[in-house]
Amino acid sequence: MGNRARIAKIVKRVAAEPVDPAPGDSLFESGLLDSFSLADLVTELEKEFAIKVPDSDLVPRKFDSIDRIETYVTSRA
Amino acid sequence: MAFLRGFGSYLPARIVDNAELAPMVGADPAWLLHATGIEQRRFAADSETVSSLGTAAARDCLNRCAAAASEVGLLIVASGSGERRFPGPATSVARGLGIPGVPAIDLPMASAGALFGLSLAGPLTHQYGNVLVVASEIMSRVVQLEPAGRDTAILFGDGAGACLVSAAGGFAEIRDSVLASDGEFAEALRLHLDAPLYMDGRTIILHASRKIPRAILQLLERNRMPPGDVGTYILHQANLNLITRVAQAVGVPESRFVQNLVRYGNTSSASMLIAAAEWRGNSQEKLAQPVVFAAFGAGLNWGAVLAVPVGNGGR
Repeated sequence: MGNRARIAKIVKRVAAEPVDPAPGDSLFESGLLDSFSLADLVTELEKEFAIKVPDSDLVPRKFDSIDRIETYVTSRA
Repeated sequence: MAFLRGFGSYLPARIVDNAELAPMVGADPAWLLHATGIEQRRFAADSETVSSLGTAAARDCLNRCAAAASEVGLLIVASGSGERRFPGPATSVARGLGIPGVPAIDLPMASAGALFGLSLAGPLTHQYGNVLVVASEIMSRVVQLEPAGRDTAILFGDGAGACLVSAAGGFAEIRDSVLASDGEFAEALRLHLDAPLYMDGRTIILHASRKIPRAILQLLERNRMPPGDVGTYILHQANLNLITRVAQAVGVPESRFVQNLVRYGNTSSASMLIAAAEWRGNSQEKLAQPVVFAAFGAGLNWGAVLAVPVGNGGR
């Protein structure tokens, strides 16, 4: 499974919604993520990709779409 | 060693429920409750000030501790909503207590101010004797009580809390604390004198939900204390969901977390001490199990304080 698919799976699990957002769609504007599920998403990404998200990267914009998340986790790998 | 002698609080008399607030911000009362978990909050009267609320909480604290104002050697007042750029409310609270000459320090830090004051008070007791920590906020005057400010205005309320810290003894010993600051996200939560409170909720919640548990766990780990050994957790009352998340992250039942947000909303720096005053009541009993205080707020500033049952050093 590629990174994008792994990320989409996490987003669906955290959002508790059986939807497949388009890679460029805003996860906040679509209502899939809110302030609290964003924190859960970051935690799940850390586990899934074995990365550590430093406090300086805790910027919602970095996690606003599957595309952006993929860019981020790739940069941390 | 430094000890907690007791807490106090003051809540303005005016209760603003969701039915009253909703039309001000162009929302439905049921939505307000669903969105915030808050049923009501207090608003200060026009005649009240940050320092008058703080003075009332300080008096309540001294009364509960059976202490006279003249026993206070140092006053620390936390507030992010003071009416002036300077002087801050500390000297006015000291004046209200009738303790001229006693040094009075302001901590204009907003939500984490009381926690920082509590932590700093401990070592300062050895130089100044009793240290009175006060936190007072009139948030209703710094938010936009109209539809444009709805998302922030619905969260806050007014109030004040206080805590007397002493080197001579008390019901609990302040054992240790963790304090931290990070200015990189200072713009995410800010209040200028000429504009309403601004809060980037996503950024603030994201940081708070990771930093608060981390501070608590760091504090407990270095004191070799499992989270389950702590009887009570008293957090800044920012958000019910946040408290739930912190409980889950720390790994203890949510029932150990004091919660009064439903009645007062978020009173910024005052909230932790108001919650502590309600938790402690007028009890004169020694602490049976450790208690952890924690807060997070603008700055960013955050941390945690551990207080434990008194040993032979307490009275």
